[in-house]
Amino acid sequence: MSDSTQNSTVRPTGVSFSMVLPWLIAGAFLLVMPFVFTSNSAITIMNQMAITIIFALSYNMLLGQAGMLSFGHAVYMGVGGFMCVHIMNYVEDYSIPLPLPLLPLFGGLFGLGLATIIGSFSTRRAGTVFAMISLGIGELIAACSIIIVAFFGGEEGISGDRTMSLPFFGNEFLQQIDVYYLISFWVMLSALLMYLFSRTPIGRMANAVRDNPERAEFLGYSARWVRYYSFCAAGFFAGIAGGLFAISYEFLTAENLGLLLSGEILLITFMGGVGFFFGPIIGAIVFTLLQTVLSLQTELWQLYVGGLFVATVMFFPGGLAGVLMMHVPAFRLGNAKMLIVPYIKTLIPAAIGILAASGFVEIMFYSRHAPVGEAEMVLFWTDIDTSSMIPWSVTIGLALICFWITKRNAPDLVETWHRANAIDGGDA
Amino acid sequence: MRKSLKLGLGATLALTVSASSLFAENIKIAFIEPLSGFMASTGNSGLHQYEFAAEKLVNANGGVLDGDMIEIVAFDNKLSGKEALVQLQVAIDQGIRFIAQGNSSGIAHAILDAINKHNKRNPDDLVLFLNYSAVDPALTNDKCSFWHFRFDANADFKMDALTDVIAQNNDLSKVYVIGQDYSFGKAVAAGAVRDLAAKRPEIEIVGNELHPIGKVKDFTPYARKIIASNADAVITGNWGSDMVGLGKAVLESGFDGPIYTFYASADGITATFGEKGKGSLRVVSVDALNPNTSDRAAEYATAYKAKYPEGDLSQPRITNVVEMLAKAINEVGSATDIVAIANAFEGMEHDSIWGGKIVMRPEDHQAIQNMYILSHTDDDVAFDYDNSGYGLLVENTVEMAGADSTTTCEMKRP
Amino acid sequence: MEFFLVNLIDGLVYGLLLFMLSAGLTLIFSMMGVLNFAHASFYMLGAYFAYEISTYMGFWMGLLLAPVIVGIAGAGVERYGLRRVHQYGHVPELIFTFGLAFLIEEFVKFIWGNNLVPYREPAILDFALFSIGNNNIAAYKVFMIFVSISIFLSLLYILTRTRVGMVIQAALSYPRTVENLGHNVPMVFMGVFGVGTALAGLAGVIAGPQLSTFPGMAILLGSIVFVTIVIGGLGSLWGALVASLLIGWMTTFAASSSFQFADILLALGLEKPVEMSESALRDLWTLTLPQIGPILPYMLMVFILVVRPYGLFGKRDS
Repeated sequence: MSDSTQNSTVRPTGVSFSMVLPWLIAGAFLLVMPFVFTSNSAITIMNQMAITIIFALSYNMLLGQAGMLSFGHAVYMGVGGFMCVHIMNYVEDYSIPLPLPLLPLFGGLFGLGLATIIGSFSTRRAGTVFAMISLGIGELIAACSIIIVAFFGGEEGISGDRTMSLPFFGNEFLQQIDVYYLISFWVMLSALLMYLFSRTPIGRMANAVRDNPERAEFLGYSARWVRYYSFCAAGFFAGIAGGLFAISYEFLTAENLGLLLSGEILLITFMGGVGFFFGPIIGAIVFTLLQTVLSLQTELWQLYVGGLFVATVMFFPGGLAGVLMMHVPAFRLGNAKMLIVPYIKTLIPAAIGILAASGFVEIMFYSRHAPVGEAEMVLFWTDIDTSSMIPWSVTIGLALICFWITKRNAPDLVETWHRANAIDGGDA
Repeated sequence: MRKSLKLGLGATLALTVSASSLFAENIKIAFIEPLSGFMASTGNSGLHQYEFAAEKLVNANGGVLDGDMIEIVAFDNKLSGKEALVQLQVAIDQGIRFIAQGNSSGIAHAILDAINKHNKRNPDDLVLFLNYSAVDPALTNDKCSFWHFRFDANADFKMDALTDVIAQNNDLSKVYVIGQDYSFGKAVAAGAVRDLAAKRPEIEIVGNELHPIGKVKDFTPYARKIIASNADAVITGNWGSDMVGLGKAVLESGFDGPIYTFYASADGITATFGEKGKGSLRVVSVDALNPNTSDRAAEYATAYKAKYPEGDLSQPRITNVVEMLAKAINEVGSATDIVAIANAFEGMEHDSIWGGKIVMRPEDHQAIQNMYILSHTDDDVAFDYDNSGYGLLVENTVEMAGADSTTTCEMKRP
Repeated sequence: MEFFLVNLIDGLVYGLLLFMLSAGLTLIFSMMGVLNFAHASFYMLGAYFAYEISTYMGFWMGLLLAPVIVGIAGAGVERYGLRRVHQYGHVPELIFTFGLAFLIEEFVKFIWGNNLVPYREPAILDFALFSIGNNNIAAYKVFMIFVSISIFLSLLYILTRTRVGMVIQAALSYPRTVENLGHNVPMVFMGVFGVGTALAGLAGVIAGPQLSTFPGMAILLGSIVFVTIVIGGLGSLWGALVASLLIGWMTTFAASSSFQFADILLALGLEKPVEMSESALRDLWTLTLPQIGPILPYMLMVFILVVRPYGLFGKRDS
């Protein structure tokens, strides 16, 4: 986690324009998106992204900032969400005047409440002990969700109706687009709060405790309490994500608590990059796109996601954000231009190679499962005939050639990379 | 790449409620099932059966209305309620009016709930839910909806038919009920206790047990308890690997009475049981492939097997869904007037190609049809499962099962 | 009494099976400090490879070859994957194995499909060896006990009586020193990882016919193996054995008991509500021990970690 020192670079206090700028851009981006993608399904997918962003950011408060690996983070999101659906139903049954936009706050409070209880004993140690306790608790609460039907509703879960709450300035949240703006507001607010948390002394100390708990203790901070505060804060924001989930989908089931979701968020956060605040945001966006859009294209989407994940861990442990931030020094030195040609020479064949290889896998998969006598499939918007050898040899040949070119050009890229990052631009 | 989905990567997000699809010739059914993950084979098998039924029974005969074709569009719900709703939204945006789903009652509840809300909030853009497999009785009782039609029997009907058969069998005096700890497992247990007490009170229920769903590694201890209770018969609603694990453990421990199940067939289960299950395994279902009742059915089943040699007609009732939908659309003369189509479904009578008649009960939108108790065997099985030589053969038939049952449904009509 | 004896045997079979998995996992952990999340996936690979081999060459060749292939695959993973990730630290290593588990499952689904595969016991062992009461004890179960005990004994022998074992033993306590003594530690790492995964593969080969072979079998057993070695104490072979048997018997006896939580509630002085559907505690009133049997190990683990973070037999935590 060497590249995570970024978080702890000391910056001058006070608010400068360059600090506010990314937030303004993000806000403007959120406002404009629904005008670009207007369909309900696109908005539903964007809502899903936003919820995942909060959840992943909250997870990164544990993994990235405090160095705590959790296998049961979904529990806090799930419990917050379940409480919100219950509140939604109370609001409907007893006509309680509660405007819907406030609901996620309650989700957050219940997430926080659960985290204060669980954290009181799970954060005493970091490392494997914390990870295994989180796994155990996750499994226990997920099992409870099936057994305690009165609260969790069993396997079909519980559902509510968001439109029955007090209209908010005349808005009853009938359509997905109304919900979108509600969620966008909460995303901005939670992300900002989480960012500010990472700037507080506690947030800074979390980094120190992650990197070297002993030294942190010498500074007079109890590593345990620092972990505990981070854990509670993470629980709070996970609960908010749960509340937003309840509003967007109007139902929660056992899967919202399950280990599968806990594992997924680990994958998302790591893929995005744990070392940078915006890493999980990238991870959430990329993963949601893969999950919803790629899965419409191919049954094998999980295979590709798994491959992408393993490749990320192996080659870019800093995640996608790490890859992006690697280029900052080159840009600062004004050497970024040097990289363009080597990049084209390696990345384009690599991309084509990967696409061709996945095409080969798709052809293989199709021809094994195709009905007898049918050999036409659509691959990359082209009709192909799997009974002839041509598509097979074209894809595998293309993949091999491209990988060979990539391998041949890679040393050149590495060399240029080093030159680009050298102070004198490598001219000497 | 999945054949039925030709949407470009960017196009999917950019989908501006594709107006073009509204004018397309095809009448689309959105098939929202798990196409990846653990249940993917069940989902994909269902998809093939839908595609085949649409092609063979409707499109090959000139389609519906003035030659409109029925097209099945597949969506992967990944066995997740949340994903099911996202895909439902994508389907609705594509202008699809008919939603087919059935694996997992939990997801059926989520979809039905979402469709109810959608239809209430968007009265100009209605959607109909064709449930071909989710058996939770609540869907046609307390939670019944005008927009939902169930083509399978519900769990109560199945239990009713099963207990009819058990009650007639004088060899059975002790029954053990075991199931997965969730709504369906509980419904099976409650139904067995209730129906047996009503039909043959002297039958003793020597065990009534739930085990965690998908968490039990070794079923032997449960099997030991069944043996120790001296049960003559076992009733279970288990499916998937829980079914195989339980069945194998029970048989291996020395049990030789009948094991009455709901889902112990196809998708690898029949092949895994093989010889061991013969004489013991029974399945209660509305589907019966063997013995064959008509040339048309035999021809259909043979053609399916010729097209998908690795596949099985595990859910023959899918043909009823497709045929009845085509009939309703033809009757109304429009594929977009959803209320009229729903009304046409109500009370519709249909002769299934598998023999027997199906009536869609108007009070609760529950199909009433024949129910069969089938035995796992390799004798006289013309159409086997998993290419194992073993298949299901009709042992008992209950005519129009559940026709006299009552419902708590209070249908709200538009 | 008869019933007790039968449960004892069943629990032993399950416990020893768990041990075969946890032995490899705990060895790998103590050598490399990495919790191999993909361990149960190698168990699944063992079952599938053995199934594939058994369709051509029969069960016994599967028993012989599949663990070897799995071991080679495991060593390959260590050599070309883990070793690379090792430089980034333990958390990325753990996450790598987590991703690997995901990938192996997808690989299995791609090759063998999503359905159960009909992997069965060899005909020669497919009979009831003896019966206690009315309960048959299958010959195959006795075979499983036999295989796992011989594995345990040979492991014990290798670890305590051979030179390789000494190096490994030493590396358990003083990994740095062993390195300084000039032993090829990367090679030992690869060997231990290979042997550990081969053990998991062997467990898969013999458990596949009993517990069904399907793509979910790794997930089903995966987390419980972790629980086992955490309870036993990370890095302790004896701890793994004790914890495996403990969990085996615990789940078996819990599943076969008929204890009801209503008894506790009654003992607490609560009255059974007349209208069950109105009661907030309705789920507790109907709860039985078999219903929660499989989650008991998790409760035990959380409890043990809270009071004794290094497990029953462990010497050091993480």
